[in-house]
Amino acid sequence: MTEKKEQLFQDKIDAGLKIEPKDWMPDKYRKHLIRQISQHAHSEIIGMQPEGNWITRAPSLRAKMVLIAKVQDEAGHGLYLYSATETLGITRSELIEQLQTGKAKYSSIFNYPTLSWADMGAIGWLVDGAAIVNQQSLRRTSYGPYSRAMIRICKEESFHQRQGYEIMSKMSNGTPEQQEMAQDSLNRWWWPALMMFGPHDSDSAHTSNAMKWKIKRGTNDDLRQLFVDRTVKQADLIGLEIPDPDLKWNPESKHYDFGEIDWEEFWEVVNGNGFCNKERINNHTNAHTEGNWVREAALAYAEKTQNGDLK
Amino acid sequence: MAKDSLYKYVLALGDDALILGQRLSQWAYRAPFLEEDIALSNISLDMFGRANLLLEYAATLKGNGITADDLAFKRNERQFTNRILFERPNGNFADTMVRQFFLDAFYKLFLQKLTGSKDEQLSAIAQKSIKETAYHFRHSSKWVIRLGVGTAESHTKVQSAIDNLWMFTNELFEMNEIDNEMLQQKIGVDCSSLKQEWIKIIDEVLAEATLKRPENIHMTTGGREGIHTEHLGHLLSDMQYLQRAYPDAKW
Repeated sequence: MTEKKEQLFQDKIDAGLKIEPKDWMPDKYRKHLIRQISQHAHSEIIGMQPEGNWITRAPSLRAKMVLIAKVQDEAGHGLYLYSATETLGITRSELIEQLQTGKAKYSSIFNYPTLSWADMGAIGWLVDGAAIVNQQSLRRTSYGPYSRAMIRICKEESFHQRQGYEIMSKMSNGTPEQQEMAQDSLNRWWWPALMMFGPHDSDSAHTSNAMKWKIKRGTNDDLRQLFVDRTVKQADLIGLEIPDPDLKWNPESKHYDFGEIDWEEFWEVVNGNGFCNKERINNHTNAHTEGNWVREAALAYAEKTQNGDLK
Repeated sequence: MAKDSLYKYVLALGDDALILGQRLSQWAYRAPFLEEDIALSNISLDMFGRANLLLEYAATLKGNGITADDLAFKRNERQFTNRILFERPNGNFADTMVRQFFLDAFYKLFLQKLTGSKDEQLSAIAQKSIKETAYHFRHSSKWVIRLGVGTAESHTKVQSAIDNLWMFTNELFEMNEIDNEMLQQKIGVDCSSLKQEWIKIIDEVLAEATLKRPENIHMTTGGREGIHTEHLGHLLSDMQYLQRAYPDAKW
């Protein structure tokens, strides 16, 4: 019986149809989606911190408004990704608990510190740029709610990417100090941005089923290559140098070859030993705990009004 | 002379909005839950938008190539003329909501009057802002009620926020020389005439929230003359850091 259901499910996917919340789906498909979408949601939420770190110091009224709006968008993305995950039968509070206990992961890039205003540029340009490459391919993912969330998110992300690039471009054309900040920022964020695509396909634990089920629509290495090809040209255009001596155009493959990623660093950060892992989670947990009494009050108020204790 | 008074009047209104926007932006990612993160940044954005319009207008009145950013990032404590309530630290969620509630109720009345200003710019800014304030007021007054009625803990916290912030409320209704001059020219608002209506709004919400309005509290003033609490200096040094450290840079 289950085999027949699985066959029907796979036929549907092969035919390019979307799976919706009430449709039958294999348990592993459900679990994979919960893991992937919640990881994505958590990344949006934790990603608010490195940028939130510069909101009060943004150097102009315009820069301030752009950054606040961006962090607000991220909260919004987190919200509809949590909702998409909830369609798979798990609650937001369970998801937040998984984040705070370390059971669920988020993108490791947010465990790096933001040390100058140029980092607001680098995050938009490189981190959102890398995220877009991934998310654009996910617009065609097989799970309906996830696919629809991605379509919406992609639009806002490309806006963020342009704004980040604008900051970088302004700074690399600015005073010597600003130029130095911009180059330093690219040096620090380049490799972590390449790591965002995950391990090589040959070392990725989750790729094969995810491709078969069309949850993932591009492999880690293919998407990474796409990002490198796009970004090198953008760096040239504003006079910044990609910190990779092995980077060069390959006329045969028509792609840029690039150096080997430091996978040891990647796994260290994934496993909790990055610069800010503990701080990010502590900040999240503290804000959540400090908000307990507010959420309790809201709940108590709702109950009292429902019971007719109040008008 | 008249132009200088108008400049000071507009600048003071811009300072109010700017400092409150900066305070609210300090909540980024620290709110009790995600929806509230979004709401607080929304209100912060509205305040910065308002500040931007007012400071740009002030900058044109000032002339000499001064920009809104110069006004925001290159003046010190004594040159800021925001009223003190706007600069009060965020404290806990109840402190922030009560500050917001007092100010939203004030803005509701103030902006309504300002829409009738003879000065077209100010009138236009008021018309835009009043729609935002209607939403802010719904949000903050609803929270004061929720916290007042919610639990014993939230009730205590919100009542203590009211008691602590009350001393800064009278300043909202004071009139200095510039205010009087602007009122005479039908540009400015008679703030002293708003107090009764403001108290009425506050009382209605507090009654529903089962909270008490403090009485016999000594009132503090000074913001419009550039006398502030010590908190403002720290807010400014944080906000102005890049502009001060790299004065030649354009961002």
